[in-house]
Amino acid sequence: MSLAGDIETVLFSGVRLAAPLAFAACGEYLAERAGTLNISVEAMMLGAAFGAVAVAGLTGSGLAGLLAGILIGALIGLVHGVLAHGLTVNTFVVGLVLNALVLGLTSYLIATATPLSRPPERWPLLSLLVIIPSTWWLVDRSRWGLELRAAGENPQAAAMTGIRVNLRRRQALLWCGALSGLGGAYLAVGEVGSFNQNMTAGRGYLVIAAVIFGGWRLARTLVGCALFGLADALRLALPALGVTVNSQLLISAPYLLALLAMLLFASRHNQPHALGRPSPRSGV
Amino acid sequence: MIRTVAALVVALALSSLLITVTGGSPPAALQALVRGSLGDATAVSLTLLYAAPLLLIAVGACVSARAGVFNIGQEGQVLIGALAGAAVGLRLAVPGPALVVVVLLASALAAGLWAWLSSLMHRLRGVDIVVSTLLMAFLAQQVVAFAVNTPWLLQESRLGRATVLPQTNKLPADALLGSIGHYPGLQINAGLLIAAVPAILVAVVLARTRWGFRITMLGLNPLAAQHSGVRVGALSGVALAISGALAGLAGAVLLTSPLSTNRLQPGTSLGIGWDGLLVALVARNRPLLAIPVAGLFAVLRSGGSFLAATGVPSYLVDVVKALLVLAFVAPPALKRWSSA
Repeated sequence: MSLAGDIETVLFSGVRLAAPLAFAACGEYLAERAGTLNISVEAMMLGAAFGAVAVAGLTGSGLAGLLAGILIGALIGLVHGVLAHGLTVNTFVVGLVLNALVLGLTSYLIATATPLSRPPERWPLLSLLVIIPSTWWLVDRSRWGLELRAAGENPQAAAMTGIRVNLRRRQALLWCGALSGLGGAYLAVGEVGSFNQNMTAGRGYLVIAAVIFGGWRLARTLVGCALFGLADALRLALPALGVTVNSQLLISAPYLLALLAMLLFASRHNQPHALGRPSPRSGV
Repeated sequence: MIRTVAALVVALALSSLLITVTGGSPPAALQALVRGSLGDATAVSLTLLYAAPLLLIAVGACVSARAGVFNIGQEGQVLIGALAGAAVGLRLAVPGPALVVVVLLASALAAGLWAWLSSLMHRLRGVDIVVSTLLMAFLAQQVVAFAVNTPWLLQESRLGRATVLPQTNKLPADALLGSIGHYPGLQINAGLLIAAVPAILVAVVLARTRWGFRITMLGLNPLAAQHSGVRVGALSGVALAISGALAGLAGAVLLTSPLSTNRLQPGTSLGIGWDGLLVALVARNRPLLAIPVAGLFAVLRSGGSFLAATGVPSYLVDVVKALLVLAFVAPPALKRWSSA
């Protein structure tokens, strides 16, 4: 194959690997701007991937599968929101537990069920064209987004002006769940066509790294997703092209880049000031 | 208390429901779990083997959490500890049983430093510690994968074989942890002692010493701690390093006890770093309480492999673990909520 052909192959597979990340990154961006450093994005993607394949297999419709994925992701977002911003359980504890629970549950269920598989369908990719601009508009231009960002920057001041901080954070998590769910569902129904145990394999953490790498700006976050997708594509493609490459370096690139971005550009970053910190209950 | 018991009942009911729905029998599953973990001397030996690293990680997590520093990168710290232990055990010519001591120390030191880096990044550039410990856990996995895939680092010697696996050579016998005492059939690995001592020590230090008081004060109110003369940055760094060091020690125990093949592999940590963190959550950051909880989680691990024989996938124990944590974490929050 020609060099141009090789590059084309790698680019295409990079886009396909980046797409599930991009859906979830929109959601994670939204949740983090509202002040929740949401690590249950892994659970949202994995649970949705499972639900999407199950429903798509039963109904024979990819669309139904995607909707199921969105619902499951949103449900996990709802549970996270109620526990962390209703009952004030530490948000990282909630995230860890949800990740462990969903990983265990989906592994258990797939081991007791007959695996379903169906041809992948890539059309949902197009919905990114709507989701990305509307996420930007919602967070950076709408009244709701302004309140959301206030909840992430200074919950006390926000509560003082009458913003229901914890409600906004719960709503942000709900959106995050729906979008991450769509990402997981797209991975399962759109790209792979089946579900296997732990199929997201840490993609949720990649999404978190992308938001950090992007300095809490949507456009740069998506650039991060594209880079991470490309690194993955290179790792998969280069050995076949006869190029020896350090696969460990390519796998760890996203985490290294996120850490470096935080170390080098911390002062120019847009990190919400109250990220990861709970809001007082008066802000319900 | 009543809420916690109620939550536990709900957790167990949900687990039973899950088994029933997927066509299994909850009593049979429970029986298999118990038989596989406590049924005979061999089973008990395995359970105790698992308990040691779980306890070490949980006690470390208690130290940092009590200081108000949330470390969630234990899985990586375990691996870095095992990596340092393997490097020292294979490369250093220390005579006799002193080798295992050096291996343990090297593991604790390396993982402590690795965790401390997160504290450094926080102090220099304000990098969030939860985020950096998490990201560095994934880095650690690749560091270990690189080391065991690279012939000039730690990959096993070729010795004329056509293929070499991504693992190190077997550690010399002097670098391994043996059993303590002689009991018929029962093996109690020295790792258990290595885990029990820090658990008790940390409990005493936190409860009875000035240093422990400072840690607790730092966790409860950093501002008040600072005004009463605690060097906040330095002390939280030390707490994080201790937590990492204990996780690293757990890595060394995994590497040098019969839980592994005594070769460093990318999967040497067995996911125990994540589990140990859950143990600390259930024990609500109390080191002494972590002892029975680590025992319970060890029972779930060793019994889990016996589940498959009853037709219930062993992943059930992962669901049970997560539900257990929820049952212990949600009720206090519910209480705060209803009294607010």
